[in-house]
Amino acid sequence: MCRLALKTATKPFSPYSVLTAMEAMQEGYDGSGLGLLLRGLDFEDFNYRNRSKNQYPILSGIAHNEEALKRLNLLMENWGYKLKYDHEFAVNFSMIEAKDRSKYFLRVYKTPDHWAYFDQQNIEDELLKTRLDLRKNGEENGGDLTAFSFWPDVATIKEVGWPLEIGKALGLNDDRLKARVVMAQGRQNTNYGINLYACHPFFIQGVATMTNGENTAFVPIKELLTGMHYPGYIGYQSDSEVFAHILHYVYKQLKLPLETYKHVITPLKTEELNLHPQGEFLKGLRNVCRRMIIDGPNCVIGSLPDETCFMVQDHKKLRPGTVGGKKGEWAMASEMCGVDAMIPDRDRSLDFQPMRENTIIIPPDRKEMKIWSQFDPYPLPQVA
Amino acid sequence: MVSIRSIPSTPSSLTHLDLQWIIKHREDRCTLCGRCTTVCPKEAIFLTYRRQRMPKLDILKKKRSSEYRTFTGIRQRTEPANRCIGCGMCATVCPNEAIGPEPNPNDPRVRLLHNDKGEAWKRGGRRNFRGSLLDRIMFNRISMLTDPALDAGRHEFQLNTLLGRVLSPEEFLHRQATGEWIPPVREIFPFIIGSMSFGALSPNMWLGLLQGVAYCNEVLGIPVVMATGEGGCPPWVLRSPYLKYIILQIASGYFGWDEIIRAIPDMQCDPAAIEIKYGQGAKPGDGGLLMWFKVSKLIARLRGVPEGVDLPSPPVHQTLYSIEESVMKMIQSLSMAWGFRVPVYPKISGSTSAKSVLNNLVRNPYASALMIDGVDGGTGAAYNVSMDATGHPIASNLRECYLDLVAQGKQNEIPIFAAGGIGKNGNVTQNGLALIMLGASGVHMGKYIMQSAAGCLGSEQNRCNVCNLGICPKGITSQNPKLYRRLDPDQVAERVADTFMAIRTEMRKTLAPLGRSQSLPIGMSDAIGIDDADAAERLQIKYIC
Repeated sequence: MCRLALKTATKPFSPYSVLTAMEAMQEGYDGSGLGLLLRGLDFEDFNYRNRSKNQYPILSGIAHNEEALKRLNLLMENWGYKLKYDHEFAVNFSMIEAKDRSKYFLRVYKTPDHWAYFDQQNIEDELLKTRLDLRKNGEENGGDLTAFSFWPDVATIKEVGWPLEIGKALGLNDDRLKARVVMAQGRQNTNYGINLYACHPFFIQGVATMTNGENTAFVPIKELLTGMHYPGYIGYQSDSEVFAHILHYVYKQLKLPLETYKHVITPLKTEELNLHPQGEFLKGLRNVCRRMIIDGPNCVIGSLPDETCFMVQDHKKLRPGTVGGKKGEWAMASEMCGVDAMIPDRDRSLDFQPMRENTIIIPPDRKEMKIWSQFDPYPLPQVA
Repeated sequence: MVSIRSIPSTPSSLTHLDLQWIIKHREDRCTLCGRCTTVCPKEAIFLTYRRQRMPKLDILKKKRSSEYRTFTGIRQRTEPANRCIGCGMCATVCPNEAIGPEPNPNDPRVRLLHNDKGEAWKRGGRRNFRGSLLDRIMFNRISMLTDPALDAGRHEFQLNTLLGRVLSPEEFLHRQATGEWIPPVREIFPFIIGSMSFGALSPNMWLGLLQGVAYCNEVLGIPVVMATGEGGCPPWVLRSPYLKYIILQIASGYFGWDEIIRAIPDMQCDPAAIEIKYGQGAKPGDGGLLMWFKVSKLIARLRGVPEGVDLPSPPVHQTLYSIEESVMKMIQSLSMAWGFRVPVYPKISGSTSAKSVLNNLVRNPYASALMIDGVDGGTGAAYNVSMDATGHPIASNLRECYLDLVAQGKQNEIPIFAAGGIGKNGNVTQNGLALIMLGASGVHMGKYIMQSAAGCLGSEQNRCNVCNLGICPKGITSQNPKLYRRLDPDQVAERVADTFMAIRTEMRKTLAPLGRSQSLPIGMSDAIGIDDADAAERLQIKYIC
């Protein structure tokens, strides 16, 4: 089963520290892979914040051979992107299990000049399109190019093997790369065949989630999302990818608050909604989104572009997650020992394990954790 | 040439060995009480005197002779009109287990003579075919090691489905914000009592069903709904708070709709939905048919017709010029009658043209669902050839329609309900869930409910199947008080509750190992497989062996 760890802190920290915390949860996983997603990036040799005002997109992925890298360079140049920074991982290839790896790229690009006239929606769609085009290009060339994310202030690393080993092999322990939010997941998906794209965290247009457990409602949800014909709703080599796409749909497309996510994936029962102040609206929402109801057990941990982090459980809550921390520094993990390992000096009595109706939200200010319940009034009364 | 008459044989003469059911009578047990002959709905048996030779041998006189004894025995009539239908009522009433019908293992010639006086064979029941593809579908995506299987007894399961047009989330939010009309949606149990008319069913049967449905809803918390067939609804039901459990059907004869429309101002609640019947799986292309002997005083009043006349409904609605106009107009008119608060949907017979109907409904913002009735569905009266050979099996028809919606991303918007042979061999939950996982939002079952809740004797071995004649030996499909008083409505209601409680338990027992509990697994095609490669390919599910 997947082990999940998320740490968010006001002061950037090395992702390696989260990998060491993952070791605490090692009993539960088979060491088959690692997925890392970083936000609030801090490079030792490039001042991303000042140079790009957090606007330049960062491309994360793997070129599996020289030819793929050349093609990537050419494509990006043709599309009008200008390379501003290329983070060189201090890679020790001998420690990497897979042999077809040429370059792990983490590159900052300046967007094409004519985008100056684009509105935000347009820019976001173009960034998605670029990532999908690169992915397609890789797939058309025998899978020699893998593109995980292309988005401002987001870096993604995915690889097969034991998480700590991968961290060492990529030199993540050299403190040259830090972040304020790190999402880590320690397993390759083994339900549907090993594939780098099937590894959590899943990312689309700024929203990211990772999940443990099995979503038995996967096929109908996948069919629904695929039927929307939205460019980014592809892949589904993992049953957990739908969690990221549902969040994207609710948060980015329907433009509803984060709290709505829980009402969509695990709606309250009719008897409960009959007593809810916005019950009529929420019943309607449940009806129109009923194909997105998940069937866990799952613990979903996610993050949004503004560095908000959250955790939700499925209704059955057979995969309890834990959130703990202190002002300025919070951790979420699928196992309590993971939280211990990430933030040992916290008040453990304030740790919280969300119940089936809860969404735990750590807002960008990281001052406190917000425990939100589905029974609370819906946060956007004008919609309801 | 003049035929000889010494051998009593005509082209249509039969012996008891030519009949489908042969009465076995044990003289040694019979007390000649006469109950069997009295109860037989076809008068297929009669008490008669018989003569038997008793061989006599007088050894001392070295003489052989015969003696004869006369006894009273049971004899089976061989005229096609009085053929035994295998209902077994004789066995039911016999105090000594002395009599009962047995299926004729040979080739019963009677089937060649079901055309007396040029009348083609009409009957009730289902297609006389005992096989069922749905029985072969197994649930095999078991969550045991990958994730904990659920406890069917103690876990909470959400088993209900939605009947009604569901908007896309974007459209819903838009209409919510602007205060526009949001189509009505009902949350119901996915096993629905399919349309059987008040006319086809006896008053006691109807009352029992309704009592059972009300009990399921109000005591057991199972939101079961039942559909009327064509022919209206008793006036006291229309004005009762139980109307919310009823789907009112309007069919091509529009029988009973005067009464319904007049009752609208007095209704305490809205009906569950309105079903517009365009076709029926058992007899596609035929309208309803209520024979004169079932048109009693009550039925005549409900339908607004004289007593004792045949009531054949036309094969199509008189308004049907094209699907665009007629379906849209009817759906809109009926929606308007209840202030757009009641879902209105059409029912069609399974057909290769079902997809075009569906696509038309997708574009009709008032259409609430589509109900497809497969060839294995039952009926109270139809020509045998319609039942046995006309129509489309439900599984592939439904699957095709569902996948068509999936390709358009509309599978959440128009729910498809399926019917036709659900529980044909008793496996009602298995059959229903198989269809749900193929894409149905719910299933209708009529014949199964008659069998399970009222003890209907009909079978696909052509047992009984005389619903069309008004002689139902159990009193289920008769308007003759002498017959329907055999049926106690309270007992029917109890059996309805028993049936739905068992279905609910079986649903949980099926869904628990699949790890599903939070929503009805509509379209969960990865969970099912079938041991037939061609069927698997057609249905786009796994082939298992």
